[in-house]
Amino acid sequence: MDWSQSLRLVAPEELLSIAGLVLLLVAAWGGDRAARAITWLSVAAIAACAVLVAPALCSGASGPDTLAFNGQYRADAFASFAKLLIYAAAGASLIVAPAFFERVKAMRAEYPILILFAVLGMGMMVSAADLITLYIGLELNSLSAYVLAAFLRSDDRSAEAGLKYFVLGALASGILLFGMSLTYGFTGTTSFAGISTALHGGLSHGALFGITFMLAGLAFKISAVPFHMWTPDVYEGAPTPVTTFFATAPKVAALTLTMRVALDAFGSQAHAWQQIVIFAALASIVVGALGAIGQQNIKRLLAYSSINNVGFMLIGLAAATPKGASAMLVYLAIYVAMSVGGFVAVLMLKDADGAPVENIADLAGLSRHRKVLSLCIAMVMFSLAGIPPLFGFWGKFVVFQAAVQAGMVPLAAVGIAASVIGAFYYIKIVKILYFDEPAMKAVGKSDWMHQALLAISALVISPAGYLLTVWLGHYANSAAAALFGAV
Amino acid sequence: MMGFPILSLMLLVPLIAAVACLLANANAARLIALAATLIDLALGILLWANYDIGGAQWQFTERAPLFAGFQWALGIDGIALMLIMLTVFLMPICIGASWKSIQSRVGEYMAAFLLMETLMIGVFTAQDLFLFYIFFEAGLIPMYLIIGVWGGADRIYASYKFFLYTLLGSVLMLIAMLWMANDAGTTDIPTLMAYDFDPAAQKWLWLAFFASFAVKMPMWPVHTWLPDAHVQAPTAGSVILAGVLLKMGGYGFIRFSLPMFPEASAQFAWLIIGLSMMAVAYTSLVALVQTDMKKLIAYSSVAHMGIVTVGLFAFNRQGLEGAMIVMLSHGLVSGALFMAVGVIYDRLHTREIDRYGGLSINMPYYALFFMVFTMASVGLPGTSGFVGEFLALIGIYQVSSWVTFVCATGVILGAAYMLYLYRRVAFGDQKHADAAAMPDLDWREWAMMAPIAAAVLWMGVYPESFLSPMRADIAALDARLARVKPEGDAKLRVGMPKVPAPADLEGAH
Repeated sequence: MDWSQSLRLVAPEELLSIAGLVLLLVAAWGGDRAARAITWLSVAAIAACAVLVAPALCSGASGPDTLAFNGQYRADAFASFAKLLIYAAAGASLIVAPAFFERVKAMRAEYPILILFAVLGMGMMVSAADLITLYIGLELNSLSAYVLAAFLRSDDRSAEAGLKYFVLGALASGILLFGMSLTYGFTGTTSFAGISTALHGGLSHGALFGITFMLAGLAFKISAVPFHMWTPDVYEGAPTPVTTFFATAPKVAALTLTMRVALDAFGSQAHAWQQIVIFAALASIVVGALGAIGQQNIKRLLAYSSINNVGFMLIGLAAATPKGASAMLVYLAIYVAMSVGGFVAVLMLKDADGAPVENIADLAGLSRHRKVLSLCIAMVMFSLAGIPPLFGFWGKFVVFQAAVQAGMVPLAAVGIAASVIGAFYYIKIVKILYFDEPAMKAVGKSDWMHQALLAISALVISPAGYLLTVWLGHYANSAAAALFGAV
Repeated sequence: MMGFPILSLMLLVPLIAAVACLLANANAARLIALAATLIDLALGILLWANYDIGGAQWQFTERAPLFAGFQWALGIDGIALMLIMLTVFLMPICIGASWKSIQSRVGEYMAAFLLMETLMIGVFTAQDLFLFYIFFEAGLIPMYLIIGVWGGADRIYASYKFFLYTLLGSVLMLIAMLWMANDAGTTDIPTLMAYDFDPAAQKWLWLAFFASFAVKMPMWPVHTWLPDAHVQAPTAGSVILAGVLLKMGGYGFIRFSLPMFPEASAQFAWLIIGLSMMAVAYTSLVALVQTDMKKLIAYSSVAHMGIVTVGLFAFNRQGLEGAMIVMLSHGLVSGALFMAVGVIYDRLHTREIDRYGGLSINMPYYALFFMVFTMASVGLPGTSGFVGEFLALIGIYQVSSWVTFVCATGVILGAAYMLYLYRRVAFGDQKHADAAAMPDLDWREWAMMAPIAAAVLWMGVYPESFLSPMRADIAALDARLARVKPEGDAKLRVGMPKVPAPADLEGAH
């Protein structure tokens, strides 16, 4: 494999690096006046990357042709699927930002650039075929994310969120690194293919510890129980556009990375990690549901909801089959649409002065004066709860279908029964919006960009979304086939 | 058979009208809703007129591979046809019942009702397992909103209870469906109805479906959501809940549990029959002591549904036909009774039985209609209630005389609580001046009551119109269940004819 081939495979990452560096220079000279222009240029760069990665997904690329730099990096259909979701989520987080930051006079040019570098890191994460690539991608993403969480530096909550995220994220990275070193020590290689071959014969205790620690570190990043504690605090404290970003893009990246580690590197020892994943899945579903019930702040509630959703996605991982992987990808795509819709709706909740309204009690009777917005929030809530005919149901459906086909009927039954607990707090929001007397707090006007994004997400999660199932299923299947083809 | 996708059209008309209602003002929304439900009624009549009795089992079938993993597959048999007719018949009446009593957020209300109609017709027409599930489950959303927004004082508790109870019931059914689709390799309901699942697995599948349908039905002891939901829902909400939503449970048993899991059905028949006996006897007694009219009718619904389940699990033709007629009759009668309560509630704003009395003096026509529906609920011969209960009890009598004995007490108790209710409301002295001053029915209320009364009498006098479309389908189901049919406890023996002695013959001369 020659260098030109490798460089061609990593074209999206090159484009992102160059765009990030050039825009950084523009920002240094242009200052904050150029922030809006830089935001749009970043969106354009991300869109160009999407064009670059799409062919690999359409052709279902897999096999040795997709390996770059001597097996360090893999640009297959699976990575493309994840990257497209990441780009979509990052684009949405960029588009919603100016309207939010300009009100508090904090629209600085660093925001889009940090997002670009985070996206670059995530692109490396999902394409990693080696522990070292994995770690570099993860840290590039995390370091950008820590700064983003604390982006409103004069706001105490934002600073606290940044610090918490940094301390706990560093701890998680340490745990992950420890697991990686154990894995390397007991298998003698850092490449996923090599680890898979080395573990084929059997599993030593050391390697088992390696798997466990690596999964623990990754569980931090996907905020699965019992490593979820930072999520509500960070989601609440970070500026809402950043929360939109955290809830979507890094989730996609970390989950697909976990899939690649579990199914590719440790794929030959699936029974060793399946019980860990099953526990994390069920615990996330239950804790995410119970924790959300008492929340007063809508962002905290959505944080618990994301923990809950990660639990459902992990059920697909627990199945450890191509069908399960495909189901996870479908769920992720729907989850991104739901989360973007949810957080954009939160961004649109403003009082008469334009200050954000985050308290759930202040949303009482919103349906009387903001009919369309309430309808969209209600749709997002029912969709997150997985009530048909909204599209959120389809994500749960395919995941449970995969579990049943893998013979894990008890897991599916317990998981779906626990989803009823979650339904309680989702319908509580609907109750507050529709049944209660109006509090008339959230009366502020919303930006047309926000309205457009919300309309798009609402359309995707509406029953019309089912028309996408054939198409979505096809690409998810080919991505999952590429993942399993690499084993 | 028509090539025209009439079933899709019936689903589409209320759906489009629902969107239009959201955008329209109050008066326009009322008119749009009425027009859409009347169009659906016309389409329903067209459907019945074109239904070929004795023709193919599944008619008006449509198939479109729109989705991954399941299909847009519609089609009806006679059983579904009758339930669709019930739905489209009750819907315009529901809109009429809400014409004046709903004054706030009319557009959203009408939209919720029309959405409900789409979903109910969808449940009865779906021929794909997962399409059925989507329609079945989606009904929770509009009903939750109807109870929660336009309901009575304790509406929030009632709406939560309704939502979570029914959701918990049906999610396990989804897992069972996934397993079935995986095992049989198809999601086509007609194919699955003829597929023989492993009897050991059937047990679990049956229980999962039972969890869903028993809550929806509702069977004792998971019926407790029903009185709350009924009492708090607005009049039309109660009508649609009692009239059609409860029928989804019975339809589920007849479409899924019985034909797909015959062995398990036979194995668990004692469970159903036990719970049904309990429901009939116990909830009838509970109904006797209610002071709230809607609650009384709600408990009577549970008792009537007990007769339905007993009839279904008698595993014979009379039982199945009786169960279907009880469902149709109860849909009309309990809907009409809730409407009758709604009429006087609109005038006096209370459902306390004690606040009324002597209404036959100042509201003679009202008292007349109320009498017809009371008698139909009691099961007086000549009304629809009699036909269904009689057939269902004949059906179960072939299986067990004791069960029949217990269930027949329900008929007696039914007469007791309904006549007692009627006496307190319509007869006696006019105790309260405000109740005595209430005007009689206006033309709108006439238009709501008269068609139901006519249908009740039609079904009572000439049930053949309603039985004939279902006959072939029930015969097919009966044939499917033949291998698990229980033995009756009556131990009938054919006696020897008495041979007359020659002496007797001589004496006769």
